[in-house]
Amino acid sequence: MNTKNKDHAALSDDFNRDEARVNWHDETLWFVRAKRDKAAHQIPEWEQLRSAASQIKDNVLSNLHDYLQEFEKNAAKNGITVHWASDSKEHNQIVHQILSRHKIDRIVKSKSMLTEECHLNEYLQQQGIDVVDTDLGERIVQLAEEPPSHIVLPCIHKKKEEIGELFHEHLGTPEGMADPVFLTAAARVHLREKFVTRKAAITGVNFAVVETGEFVVCTNEGNADMGAHLADVHIACMGIEKLVPLRRHLAIFLRLLARSATGQPITTYSSHFRRPRPGQAMHIVLVDNGRTTQLGREDFRNSLKCIRCGACMNTCPVYRRSGGHSYHTAIAGPIGSILAPNLDMDKYSDLPFASTLCGSCSNVCPVKINIHEQLYKWRQVIVREGHSDGKKTAAMKAMSLTLSNPALYKLAGKAGRLVMRYAPFAVSNGLNPWYKHREMPKAPTQSFSEWYKLNKENE
Amino acid sequence: MNSRAQILSRIKQNQPGYRPLPDDIQQYAPAGQQEAQAVNKAAIEQFKTVLIAIGGAVADVYSYEEISAFIATHFKDHKRIISTFSQLSGSIERDWQENDPHSFENLDLAIIEAHFGVGENAALWITESLMQQRVVPFICQQLAVVVRARRIYPTMHEAYKEIGATDYGFGAFIAGPSKTADIEQSLVLGAHGPKNMTVFLLHD
Repeated sequence: MNTKNKDHAALSDDFNRDEARVNWHDETLWFVRAKRDKAAHQIPEWEQLRSAASQIKDNVLSNLHDYLQEFEKNAAKNGITVHWASDSKEHNQIVHQILSRHKIDRIVKSKSMLTEECHLNEYLQQQGIDVVDTDLGERIVQLAEEPPSHIVLPCIHKKKEEIGELFHEHLGTPEGMADPVFLTAAARVHLREKFVTRKAAITGVNFAVVETGEFVVCTNEGNADMGAHLADVHIACMGIEKLVPLRRHLAIFLRLLARSATGQPITTYSSHFRRPRPGQAMHIVLVDNGRTTQLGREDFRNSLKCIRCGACMNTCPVYRRSGGHSYHTAIAGPIGSILAPNLDMDKYSDLPFASTLCGSCSNVCPVKINIHEQLYKWRQVIVREGHSDGKKTAAMKAMSLTLSNPALYKLAGKAGRLVMRYAPFAVSNGLNPWYKHREMPKAPTQSFSEWYKLNKENE
Repeated sequence: MNSRAQILSRIKQNQPGYRPLPDDIQQYAPAGQQEAQAVNKAAIEQFKTVLIAIGGAVADVYSYEEISAFIATHFKDHKRIISTFSQLSGSIERDWQENDPHSFENLDLAIIEAHFGVGENAALWITESLMQQRVVPFICQQLAVVVRARRIYPTMHEAYKEIGATDYGFGAFIAGPSKTADIEQSLVLGAHGPKNMTVFLLHD
C-alpha cells in the first residue's frame, strides 16, 4: 500500500471508494463502542475511576524523574536488566544487541505499539532476524505486509474472505475457506510451532509498577505468555510514561482498560512479570522517542497519560469512515493525531485536521485526556509554525483580507455571482474541493446590501 | 552523557510541578461477619454470571472427591492430565514440576489452584507457586482451576488489597478461556491458550 506523500484526506478518499466497505467498517467499530458503553454503565463509580486514573497519571508525569530511577532500581533488584533508549534507532539497536549476544535469529513478538512506532520489525529483518507477530490480528497484517490499522484490533479493516485468501496462500488452508473459527484454529497450529521453537520473545508493557519493579502485560489470546514462558530471553519494550506508582493502582487501570477497549470486564490474561524464571534472561527497554519533548509541551503533555485502549478510535466519526491507514502513522485515530505531530510536525501536519472536534474522544477516554482540545491546539501550532497546507493558508488569508475590506468584499461578491450565473462550470467541477460533496448553490441576482439599498430607496 | 542521563535530564527540565496522588478508592469494607458473608455471597453470584458470559464453566463442589469424580466423567477422553493437587485421584501425572516448559506442549488438561477470584470480572489470581511452571495455565488445551468460594471478592480493589505486598516472580489474573475476535469481530474461544476453562468453586 502506498501511503507516501498522501495526506489524510487523500488516503481517506482511497478508503471511501468502496462505500459498502466503509459502512461495514463504521458499523463494526460502532458495535465495539456500544459494548464499551454497556460495560462502563454497569460500574456506578466509573467516573470516579476515570478521575483517579487521570490523577495518578498526573502524579506520574510530575514525578517521572524519580519514579523511573526507582523503577529501574526495583526491577534490577528483581533480576531484570534495564536499558534506556533515547529514540527508536537506539531502541532497535538495543533489542538487536541482546538477540545477537544470545545468538538468536528467530523470535516471536506479542503486541507492542511501541515497537510499531519504532519500526522494529523492519529493522530486525534487515539484520537477518525473523520476527513472527503472534497476536492473530497482527499476524494477519504481517502476512499481508501491511501495518496494523487499529491499536487493539489490528486487522479490523480486513474482511474474513481476504484473511481466508491470505491463510490459503501462507498457511495452506483450503481455498475459499473464510470461517473465523476454522481460520483461528489454523493460526493456532501455525503459531504454536513458533512458540515452541523460538528462543526469544518480545512483549509490550501495559503498566510498570514503580513500587515493585514488576510489569503487567494484558492479552486475550495468551500469546504474550506463550512466548515469554517458553523463551530463554524475554525482552519487554515500554515507553517511559507507562509507570504507575503503586501495585494497588493496577486495580483502577485494569478495571478501565478492557471495558474501554472492547467492553470486556477484563482481558483474559493480566500477567504480572516480576522476576525472570530460573535460567531465563529478562530485559526491559525504556524508550523516550520524543516523550520527554511532549512532557515539556504544556498543552500536549496529557497525551502521555494514554493507556492505548483505542476507545477514541472506535467512537471517532472520522476514524470509522476513513480507516486506520489513512493516518499514515503507527497509532491512528484521535490519540495518534495528537501524538504524531510531536514526533514530526511537518509529516503529520494533516492529522490534527482529521477531526470534526465533536469531542466524543475526550468523553470516552478512560484517563480523561482532553483529546479534541489538543487537536484544536495543534492546528494553531501547525499554522503558526508554517506547516499547514499552503492552499488552505492562502485561501484563509485571501478570505481574511476580503472580509476586512468592504470594497473588496463587494467586488468579490459581484464577481462570484457573475461566475456562478454565467459560467457555473468554472466552480462546479472536480478542481473545486468544496464542490466534491456538495451541489453549488444557485447564485442570487443581487447581494443583501444591494437589495437593502434598493428597498430603502423604494420605501 | 549516555542516553539514561540525557533522558533523565530532559525529564527533570520538562516535568511539571508535583501533583499529588488521589485518595484510594475504597469499596467494600463490611462491618461484621454477617455483612462480609453477604458481600461474599453476592460476589460469588456475580462471578458465576460473568464467567459463563466470557465462555467459562463453573461447578460448585464440596470436596476433592467430588472434583475427582467430575474430572473422571467430564474429561475422560483427555490423555495427558497434570495437577498440583495431591488430593485428586485418577490418572493424573505426578512429578512434572521440574520438566522443561516445552514438554507441556501436548498437555490436555491442567488442574491448578487459585488464591482467590474476583466477582466483577471472574478473574482468578494465580501466582507461580500455584502454577509450579509458568507456562502450564497457558499451554494446556483445557484449564481447570479450584478456588475457595469464600475467597471470591467483589472488585479489583479488594483483590489488590488481598495481594498486598506479597512476593511472586510471576502472577496472573486469568478470566475465562483464551479468546480472539480479530477476524471480523467474531468471538472464537481458544486462540493460543486453553479452549475451555472450568472453575471449581470449593465450598468449605
